[in-house]
Amino acid sequence: MHLDAKIPSGPLAEKWDKHRFELKLVNPANKRKYNIIVVGSGLAGGSAAASLGELGYYVKNFCIQDSPRRAHSIAAQGGINAAKNYQNDGDSIWRLFYDTIKGGDFRAREANVYRLAQVSNHIIDHCVAQGIPFAREYGGLLANRSFGGAQVSRTFYARGQTGQQLLLGAYSSLMRQVAAGQVTMFPRREMLDIVVINGQTRGIVVRNLITGEIESHGADAVVLCTGGYANVFYLSTNAMASNVSATFRAYKKGAFFANPCYTQIHPTCIPVHGTYQSKLTLMSESLRNDGRVWVPKTPGDKRPPNQIPESERDYYLEEKYPSFGNLVPRDVASRNAKTQCDMGKGVGETGFAVYLDFADAIKRDGKEVIEQKYGNLLQMYEKITASNPYEEPMMIYPASHYVMGGLWVDYNLMSNLDGLFVMGEANFSDHGANRLGASALMQGLADGYFVIPYTVGGYLAGTSRPEITTDHPAFTEATRYVTERTRKLLSINGKRTVDDFHRELGHILWEYCGMSRNDDGLLKAKTLIQELREEFWENAVVPGSSEDFNQSLERAGRVADFLEFAELLVMDAFERKESCGGHFNEAYQTEEHEAMRDDENFCHVAAWEYKGDDTDPELHKESLVFENIELTQRSYK
Amino acid sequence: MTKNINITLKVWRQKGPHVKGGFETYHASNISTDMSLLEMIDVVNEQLTLDGKDPIAFDHDCREGICGMCGAVINGRSHGPEKGTTICQLHMRHFSNGETIVIEPWRAKAFPVVKDLVVDRGAFDQVILAGGYISVNTGGAPDANSIPIAQEIAELAMDAAACIGCGACVAACPNASAMLFTGAKISQLALLPQGKPEAVNRALAMVNKMDELYFGNCSNERECEAECPKEISISNIARLNREFVKAGLVSVVK
Repeated sequence: MHLDAKIPSGPLAEKWDKHRFELKLVNPANKRKYNIIVVGSGLAGGSAAASLGELGYYVKNFCIQDSPRRAHSIAAQGGINAAKNYQNDGDSIWRLFYDTIKGGDFRAREANVYRLAQVSNHIIDHCVAQGIPFAREYGGLLANRSFGGAQVSRTFYARGQTGQQLLLGAYSSLMRQVAAGQVTMFPRREMLDIVVINGQTRGIVVRNLITGEIESHGADAVVLCTGGYANVFYLSTNAMASNVSATFRAYKKGAFFANPCYTQIHPTCIPVHGTYQSKLTLMSESLRNDGRVWVPKTPGDKRPPNQIPESERDYYLEEKYPSFGNLVPRDVASRNAKTQCDMGKGVGETGFAVYLDFADAIKRDGKEVIEQKYGNLLQMYEKITASNPYEEPMMIYPASHYVMGGLWVDYNLMSNLDGLFVMGEANFSDHGANRLGASALMQGLADGYFVIPYTVGGYLAGTSRPEITTDHPAFTEATRYVTERTRKLLSINGKRTVDDFHRELGHILWEYCGMSRNDDGLLKAKTLIQELREEFWENAVVPGSSEDFNQSLERAGRVADFLEFAELLVMDAFERKESCGGHFNEAYQTEEHEAMRDDENFCHVAAWEYKGDDTDPELHKESLVFENIELTQRSYK
Repeated sequence: MTKNINITLKVWRQKGPHVKGGFETYHASNISTDMSLLEMIDVVNEQLTLDGKDPIAFDHDCREGICGMCGAVINGRSHGPEKGTTICQLHMRHFSNGETIVIEPWRAKAFPVVKDLVVDRGAFDQVILAGGYISVNTGGAPDANSIPIAQEIAELAMDAAACIGCGACVAACPNASAMLFTGAKISQLALLPQGKPEAVNRALAMVNKMDELYFGNCSNERECEAECPKEISISNIARLNREFVKAGLVSVVK
């Protein structure tokens, strides 16, 4: 099967304009005849639902939390990139495009990434118009800071709460459309299946998390904005409810899953400290603007940090990467932290931590300046660890944070299933094998505010769809399937909790498919996952009933999906015989232990097609064609 | 330093909105002081599950104090004894060995109980949809730097915008008033030039909606400010009142 990305012809910089002209339009009077389902209310889903409502479509928006304002985008701390060049430091759309492609280790589509850089500036304009209180200079203009993988200052921010502010902006626009009657909200609903009729995606089946009722909803198109699957590692910086279920169920209905092995391990998180721990907390990458990363030069040096003299400290990132220093991309920073700890130079009780030190910045700028820039982050650190980062260096260690993989989409953000659009972290499209800091917010909002309003119209105007109702047998069948699955989960009656299975799955993946991977480990992981999955369906205990508010049942469904999905992730990692970005196979590295790509054989998107529970999925490849930039060994020296 | 403690819990259990609830007692032993309060409840729930009992229902999601999903009254105080902290960031090191901890849901007419500690805060969404936005459609916004905003104004707006909508202010107020929540949004938008064109209608619409939803009025108890996990200032309520009075004077819509 040929995967057609539908990339418009013509010069890179003109593709999106040309495509927008060529896309068919739906006239204003006809828009109100169409219903669109948006699943998820984060930056991608919230902005899409609001923008589509503004255009006149009828939108049904579903979210898993009690209010759309709580989607996990809210936890993004550091900022959002845009190519404004307000700092006069040499930024441009081309540079943002180039940095993003290079940051992704040349495994993303040129055309998508260029469009992302193009619309980045409109996002900032729109967000300011919505009343988002971005940080400003004394003169009243917008302030910027730097993030990893860039040598310009292009990141806009609202203290350490940028995601919160951008999400509340999208949420306010969404609420305005709810008030206008264009959007209907369905909170506390979990999508359990999509409904495909005659090859077209025509609806979803959801569980009402309060009553347990299974509901069917039909539409002309379905937009999935259901986030990423970093929680497959159990411990991650994601919210507790973040899951793979929506995208995985779509995969089982025929949507291709692309590059599942591209997972991002974020370098600056608060280290693991106990088995009871439910999640890990990120410390924004922006801290690396002023914080210096170091470990003792001598392995096993257990002296407190302030007793280790300057000459006995190893500022390994500054040493090894003089031009980017502490601001190397995330995959590079994480792997280096692991290398130092594996050498015995890690600090703290467990030895799995490195220092992030603000002493020099405080000496240079004063405590007030540092507090103004990072106050809420440093306060959060102190709350969790009971250690004062103004007085002793923070301890940090990498943790699962984000996933670049997701459902395959074309240039229109439509999956291989007609009428199923996928946006934000749920798709695979823009970050290649590694995402740069402050680019997730940019992508989510680009997709929702500035891409889907055009491309969904092109789809609706360009196809015909028969009238359907939710009485259609396809809805009945989907309802039967999810009801049966729920019944099965509740009747296992075993002796081990769902969380315990999840914890073990996380250990397997972190050990064999985390920051560093090898073929033997991946094969072992595959077997371990299969065994664990088998045990789950025989020995898990899921209390309560299906007709009630039952959080144990919700978790069980998600973990059951993770147990299937994890195997796909491991298979994808096994098949990619190269190292690139977040996927590091030990057999493929340079002499300096950097990721070594194989452009001849692996310059492609790996898109997996589900073939049944007892059959291996089929791999399809979309070749990545680079017409505008030259593929090079990534260097941040 | 990390240590382990034993505690007794008295937790409000209620099967549904129209069922009578009551306190149940649980014992949690060997609790690490590095755990958050929610991680401690996770441990209790694991045991309840293995014992064939119904685990305690509670809302939570990000567990880093920003989503606003979690919230409960701990020993009589919204989000517990620590200032500026949600319960997902409230660590067990703030409790002592042998202590009894009482955990209840938010109690307010506008927030009916769904189950155990879970309440329905949909009323907050209703208040926002009455006018907590700037009416701007996607596309067509001028360049972001075309409206300079004094740094101190942007900072004040940000102070107000930091609200996470958790509902602690309502639970803490003897009148179950939502003035701090509403005042924070009205302030954020009234302070910024972008929000001024609609300031009059916004203040009227949001305050009227608040009354309609059975939130009480403000009688200056200041409990909301004391318990707010984001330390939103009560001066936002003063600004709400000014905006509301101003709106009453100048509004052309009666």
